[in-house]
Amino acid sequence: MGKVIIDGAIVDNEWARLEADALEAGLPDGKVIVPLAYWQENRDTLMTRGDVAVWLAPGEEPKDLADDLSALSLVAIHFPAFKDGRGYSYARELRTRFAFKGEVRATGDVLRDQLFYLARCGFNAFEVREDRSIEEAVASLKDFTVRYQGDVNDPRPIYRQA
Amino acid sequence: MYVYQEHDQQLLNERVAQYRDQTRRYLAGELSEDEFLALRLQNGLYIQRYAPMLRIAVPYGLLSSRQLRRLAHISRTYDKGFAHVSTRQNVQMNWPALEDVPDILAELADVQMHAIQTSGNCIRNTTTDEYAGVNPKEIEDPRPWCEIIRQWSTFNPEFAYLPRKFKIAVNAVPDEDPAIIGVHDIGVQLVHNDAGETGFQVWAGGGLGRTPMTGAVIGEFVPWQHLLSYLESILRVYNKYGNRDNKYKARIKILVKALGADKYRELVEEEFAELKDGPMTLTEAEVARIQACFTDVEYRSDVDTSELDALLADNKAFNRWYHTNTRPHKQAGYRAVTLTLKKTGRVPGDISDEQLDAVADLADKYSFGEIRNSHQQNMVFSDVAASDLFALWQELDALGFATPNLGLLTDMVCCPGGDLCALANAKSIPVAESIQRRFDDMDYLHDLGKIDLNISGCMNACGHHHIGHIGILGVDKKGKEFYQVTLGGRGDRESKVGEKMGPSFESDEITDVIEKIIGLYVEKRLENEPFIDTYERIGMDPFKEHIYG
Ligand code: SF4
Repeated sequence: MGKVIIDGAIVDNEWARLEADALEAGLPDGKVIVPLAYWQENRDTLMTRGDVAVWLAPGEEPKDLADDLSALSLVAIHFPAFKDGRGYSYARELRTRFAFKGEVRATGDVLRDQLFYLARCGFNAFEVREDRSIEEAVASLKDFTVRYQGDVNDPRPIYRQA
Repeated sequence: MYVYQEHDQQLLNERVAQYRDQTRRYLAGELSEDEFLALRLQNGLYIQRYAPMLRIAVPYGLLSSRQLRRLAHISRTYDKGFAHVSTRQNVQMNWPALEDVPDILAELADVQMHAIQTSGNCIRNTTTDEYAGVNPKEIEDPRPWCEIIRQWSTFNPEFAYLPRKFKIAVNAVPDEDPAIIGVHDIGVQLVHNDAGETGFQVWAGGGLGRTPMTGAVIGEFVPWQHLLSYLESILRVYNKYGNRDNKYKARIKILVKALGADKYRELVEEEFAELKDGPMTLTEAEVARIQACFTDVEYRSDVDTSELDALLADNKAFNRWYHTNTRPHKQAGYRAVTLTLKKTGRVPGDISDEQLDAVADLADKYSFGEIRNSHQQNMVFSDVAASDLFALWQELDALGFATPNLGLLTDMVCCPGGDLCALANAKSIPVAESIQRRFDDMDYLHDLGKIDLNISGCMNACGHHHIGHIGILGVDKKGKEFYQVTLGGRGDRESKVGEKMGPSFESDEITDVIEKIIGLYVEKRLENEPFIDTYERIGMDPFKEHIYG
């Protein structure tokens, strides 16, 4: 079992993120994160299982999940390449527009140098790319102590921070 | 100018530590080229043709003499002893070693400077009129708003990996566009409503580069409290829907054009509805705090101007400089003075370490220790007492910064081009020099009057060639350097993209072509008619015929 950072701690990763082709043979047991399209097709049966989560690819927005969020404990946002920054806005929307309280997980090309920003946008879980040290990555969450803007964790910009 | 508080300084120090570690990991092979590329670009470090280039941020072009001296020191210690003023009011060093950059950043942080977000696909340095705060035509000082935008954009976590670079400019002058906001990703025009309240007309989707166009008005009147929420809304729409497959279609201008301004506005309004009146809302106290940083110049009310008239009458050279390189000021008894970095034989915008030190000394002596960089690659002393002008002129003349050609043909804007830049299609500096040498008669230049000539070495348009009355663009034809000419661009009263004249020219033809264009203008102009007006009156055809016919 791999490791994942959740709320600043390194813990065992209980969830498996599946691509569409891995689901052709059917849905495996255990905690799985499925693509949005698969979720939408099988929504009613998946809802009842309780241990199924959804991942969004770039171009798939939180609003596509709006009606289902209350049934989900985890939404993953996938980064095929770290340079595609759409996921930052998606996470923010999940938290602020849709008030999603569950886990928001970054998967894919997730690297320590992006972690601090990702956390500020509302991600609280990070599957760091496997060839990189997760211990070093977790340390980067403390790279900065000052922030000019408000963010998901503290909406107050610098001029409202006492 | 804005003075750092403890937290501003803390942020910079943390940044230096972060970048130092990133550089260490890259050198140790723990970061791939591609991963480090994104990180170093967010820090202004390009790998150029011969060496790295470090772009240092100069927020809205404003520098203190202490900062200027530090730049001199850095260029002396880590570079080849000169710096370059860019068309985005920043400063570039062309030969630093990659390993030294963390130390350079530490030296910069020590004087409240940095290289944060000076390149990369993020929000870049916010620019404005180089005469901001002293321009008698402005409705209020735009710099506090620039600083507010600077803080909001600095390390904004949501917008560090945008589809493409993003540039914001602010203008406070009605009916003129000294900050060329029309050709920025976002242009912010300060306006007052009928009740006299400050607000902003917000433009989006302008830009130069491969598909030059002027922006569209997205927000007609955004009250000042909501400036940041509104900008954030525009950025969020762009971050979600901007093209990420093709770098040439990734700027916001392409998205605004594809959706149409109305649709874009609708999407922005949706985001804005959510953010408006939220915690981002600016407070009176914060705006007042920042504004107070820009009203600290203590003008004298007893400036003696009695000798000035006599000096102007007696000294022709001083008179010419006064009328060309200085301009009116909000404060009676003061003038704003532009130091032209465009002497023939010198690379436009280049300045040596010794000159930087000398300019810093002069700024202390004559202009409250402040200097501005202009987007035309000059420097400005914004607050010179009229009684000091003659002495300052003499000192500037000795340094070579008093060439009375501001706004004239030889005050050209020119990117580093093929001599330094890895992206270039053609050299630009030798073209600038050749034209300067051809037009070396100062009387003739003054007779020609105001002509903006801009040169870029490639489509990236760092030399802003599209908005030159005459624009020159380096293009590559089968491995050979060619130059394409555009006419009729404007970056003065309004922002306007120039029109292509026709087939491009070889490097040994281009100066003759410019001379012919000027020749036709002289022949066709009405009395006192500037080049651009003649062009707009007679159109492209006569020029085409004259050159190709
Ligand atoms: S316009 Fe092109 S050649 Fe000139 S500096 Fe920019 S990228 Fe380099």
